[in-house]
Amino acid sequence: MTELYEQLTTYEGRPTSTSGVGKDLVNTPMIRHWCEAMGDTNPAYDGPGAVAPPTMLQAWTMGGLSGHTDRSGAYDELSALLDGAGYTSIVATDCEQEYLRPLRPGDRITFDAVIESVSPRKTTKLGTGHFVTTRMDIRADGQLAGTHRFRILKYAPAAREPKGTRPRPVINRDNAGFWEGVGRHRLLIQRCGGCGTLRLPWLPGCNDCGSPEWDTVEACGAGTVYSYVVMHHPPFPAFDPPYAVALIELAEGVRMISNVVGVPYDKVRIGMPVQLEFLRVDPELELPVFRGGEV
Amino acid sequence: MRVGDRLPPLEIPITRTLIVAGAIASRDYQDVHHDAELARQKGSPDIFMNILTTNGLVGRYITDHFGPGAVLRKVAIRLGAPNYPGDTMTLTGTVTDLDGATAQVRVVGANGLGHHVTGTVTLTLPEEAGS
Ligand SMILES: [Zn+2]
Repeated sequence: MTELYEQLTTYEGRPTSTSGVGKDLVNTPMIRHWCEAMGDTNPAYDGPGAVAPPTMLQAWTMGGLSGHTDRSGAYDELSALLDGAGYTSIVATDCEQEYLRPLRPGDRITFDAVIESVSPRKTTKLGTGHFVTTRMDIRADGQLAGTHRFRILKYAPAAREPKGTRPRPVINRDNAGFWEGVGRHRLLIQRCGGCGTLRLPWLPGCNDCGSPEWDTVEACGAGTVYSYVVMHHPPFPAFDPPYAVALIELAEGVRMISNVVGVPYDKVRIGMPVQLEFLRVDPELELPVFRGGEV
Repeated sequence: MRVGDRLPPLEIPITRTLIVAGAIASRDYQDVHHDAELARQKGSPDIFMNILTTNGLVGRYITDHFGPGAVLRKVAIRLGAPNYPGDTMTLTGTVTDLDGATAQVRVVGANGLGHHVTGTVTLTLPEEAGS
């Protein structure tokens, strides 16, 4: 256990508010503003006998623009400790609420909150930090009306990585001709010297007859999407997920893996006609890609 | 109603106005929910919806479907991909448990980036629907 984490865990079980008081009684205007924002037209929240939307529970305990003045020091101390360690950003991740009795206009809200747990250091997509879980009991006119468990991540934002370069193709004596072709904006397919079978990617021998003899034919550039996947995760430098990776069937009948351009990732479809073009991704690299949609 | 039943989806356009109105109605004045410039300084590309608004929208989705007689008992949500302005969140729900008048619904809110919210809502059904 790190020294910081050991210190953080001493806050587990410590109250963050004791007998906090809601700044406003439960009231009709705040309910109406909430319903307007949410687009909630439920008649249960309007008129005589109205109740507050249960999901408003936490709203009645919020400090608002002027903040809380009646908080115990524990939460602020814990926040300061995390700030000091570089975990200066905050994001809410979980909210679990249980509603025991409805809140009605006129109810006076009081609440007690306790730091339930602090997680060990975690690395997330946002950055590295600690999860802090708080549990709050909320009372209306002294009666338990609901519980509210809230988890936040206090974190150091992940540094925006410099955009990496696309991986270089591995060029060897068996496929050098293919990449020379790409350099001249020609997509070359290998043709077996023994049986005439076309093959892509390039290989030293024929899978059908075993012949090492070959020449090339140039692809006409027309193709269709034979299959595809959409990459969401994990992210790689130089790629912005989500993006589609497609298996293209060329008009000549062979298939190759490539990107479909000119079409949003979620509009790529099997059978979509595509047309070859060459994309310069950086000064040293051009790649054959396929434009979809408008063919 | 049966376990496995799907609720009709609800599409919610994520406007700047919704994000700000939701933050203010929930008394949440954290700058990342109303000030794009400060949000960017904190590493976010834009302002984003606060968790209280998401919670409110999930509650609304359930009571819109089950009617004003339905009573929310428990709402537990987890946030994933942020709701940024210009996106659309589509809420979908599946009944996962049914015990007398008590139902449990699994809710997912998906936006262009992935799952903004996943959660479970427990509710007491209005009498007509429960019988
Ligand atoms: Zn052959």
